[in-house]
Amino acid sequence: MAKGTLYNKVWNHNRVTELPTGQTQVFIGLHLIHEVTSPQAFDMLREKGLKVAYPDRTFATVDHIVPTLSQARPFADGQAEAMLQAIERNTQEFGVKFFDFASGQQGVVHIVGPELGLTQPGMTIACGDSHTATHGAFGALAFGIGTSQVRDVLAGQCLAMDPMKVRRVEINGRLASGVTPKDVALFIIHKLGVKGGIGFVYEYAGEVFEAMSMEGRMTVCNMSVEGGARAGYCNPDATTFAYLQGRKYSPQGAAWNAAVEKWKSFVSDGDAEYDDSIRFDAADIEPRVTWGITPGQSVGISEALPNPGQYEDVGERASAELAYRHMQWTPGQKIQGIKIDVAFIGSCTNGRIEDLRAAAKIAQGRKVAPGIQAFIVPGSLPVRKQAMEEGLDKIFLAAGFSWRAPGCSMCLAINPDQLVGKQISASSSNRNFIGRQGSQTGRTLLMSPAMVAAAAITGHVTDVRSFKEKEI
Amino acid sequence: MSRITQSSRIIQVTGRAVPVPGDDIDTDRILPARYMKELTFANLGQYPFQDERFHSDGAPKRHPFNEAHYQGASMLFGNANFGCGSSREQAPQALTRWGIRAIVAESFGEIFSGNCLTLGVPVVTASQADMAALQNIARKNPGADFNLDLASMTINGGGLLVKISMPASRRKAMMEGAWDSTGLLLANADKVAGMLAARAAA
Repeated sequence: MAKGTLYNKVWNHNRVTELPTGQTQVFIGLHLIHEVTSPQAFDMLREKGLKVAYPDRTFATVDHIVPTLSQARPFADGQAEAMLQAIERNTQEFGVKFFDFASGQQGVVHIVGPELGLTQPGMTIACGDSHTATHGAFGALAFGIGTSQVRDVLAGQCLAMDPMKVRRVEINGRLASGVTPKDVALFIIHKLGVKGGIGFVYEYAGEVFEAMSMEGRMTVCNMSVEGGARAGYCNPDATTFAYLQGRKYSPQGAAWNAAVEKWKSFVSDGDAEYDDSIRFDAADIEPRVTWGITPGQSVGISEALPNPGQYEDVGERASAELAYRHMQWTPGQKIQGIKIDVAFIGSCTNGRIEDLRAAAKIAQGRKVAPGIQAFIVPGSLPVRKQAMEEGLDKIFLAAGFSWRAPGCSMCLAINPDQLVGKQISASSSNRNFIGRQGSQTGRTLLMSPAMVAAAAITGHVTDVRSFKEKEI
Repeated sequence: MSRITQSSRIIQVTGRAVPVPGDDIDTDRILPARYMKELTFANLGQYPFQDERFHSDGAPKRHPFNEAHYQGASMLFGNANFGCGSSREQAPQALTRWGIRAIVAESFGEIFSGNCLTLGVPVVTASQADMAALQNIARKNPGADFNLDLASMTINGGGLLVKISMPASRRKAMMEGAWDSTGLLLANADKVAGMLAARAAA
């Protein structure tokens, strides 16, 4: 059992009581909802005659079903329109703040929360979405929940939970040029496996994370769940506080200093005890690309695809064999040079301003290869606005990328952005599961935004380090 | 919806089992994302493993859920990390509405297993070797009846008796009919209010 970690402190701070089952009743400080996993929860409240207990602690936006080309109402997809109408109706009826298009704040839920300063250190945060782990970047304990649990949080602001174990994942040294937080995330998942994190919260520590921006920390924490860990976090520090200062829902004035002092108290103690710990060296990380059907099946850009026979575990071997049947590659072939059809930059993993800047540095003055469908989906309306103020949209448009409006887009493809047939996408999103991008025979290669931009320009998987970044 | 509001004691699940082999079967494979656009869970029982069962033109593929002798099965035998990925409760909703009342596997995605708890569906683990043996029986003798017993923490069927595991709190919630968390949590509403008042005063 871990002791003295941020996880322990946040858990204890928000522990209400022990339930008769032995589970812990945990208070949820911030609840985020979106249109896809909340309508059934509101229906359950109505059926039970319940209200939202703390409506000022739930915030809504719309992201999964949003068309990124035009948000003109009604949406062409009747089901999508019905979902949007349901969240409009539910938030109004139950008194929940809804960041819709007109608010200027709409976007992917895990980008909106931090951007508004709603996400703060020491909080427990829940959302009906597995990538809620993103918010751990701020030193919050944040995790995805199902719809019946959304109902519970709406009804009483609490969840019934069992304690988790804590694994410290420490990476020291400096990331080489061209190596990004996305590569760090793919490296960790590759090393620890997609089931390695089951039962754990990951604490990300060491020089690499200390030097990382909040955007980068969010990328890594976001993908904790792809490694089986329901949550991941970084200890809050000066970088965290600088990000939060002055945001709409951040404490202001005298309350700011008091909040920072409080937030510092959640940081893991120097002599904290962990259930497990592991160290890596930043020098061992190069740009990575997934080749298979789980986020753990990735290789460094200079590497060749593995032979399924090298996996000792029968389950992992079978998973690799299925991956080869689906992806139609040959063991031993190089990842570099694999031709792509679609390039997608966006999502809660990599749809923030830094991601767009990194891609723009590659796109600047270059052209998307003929026949490649390349598009940029900013994570939120504020990200989109900021990118346009910096002129990034013009760089992308001149290069032949399509410049879209915020939404989840082709990360999960329950909107018009979908792969067709056996198309191969270079994608800055988080999951390469079979069928994930809207075609049951479609193929997804996960990589960093800069790597996606490089693939868009050459038409095939390319080492971004062979590109000279241009000033923008 | 009635199955969500009631909180009955769940001690045993009996019936035939459908084997769904493979590690890391994610919730996108269990229920493709497009079905999340349905505003209610009512129809989801039609779609579990839809894209693994049917080509996009509707032609069937080989999948245990398509085989006649597994229709009516009440247990699913999986492998490691079953239900990883997306938090969508629509995945266990689809399985339960198809008829699955318990799932046995080597390990589970954590959000998925939590969702199953809220639906009163026991998800229990067994070793890799035991799962292979259980799947083998269900494959060779699809008519075999199994008895999953939370009191003795065993599953018994086809001449095999295997030990199963689940977290103690979840086992207790099932056996005492205390898996409907809403009522349990709301019973402590005054404690929550008290905690917030103390914070505000600090």
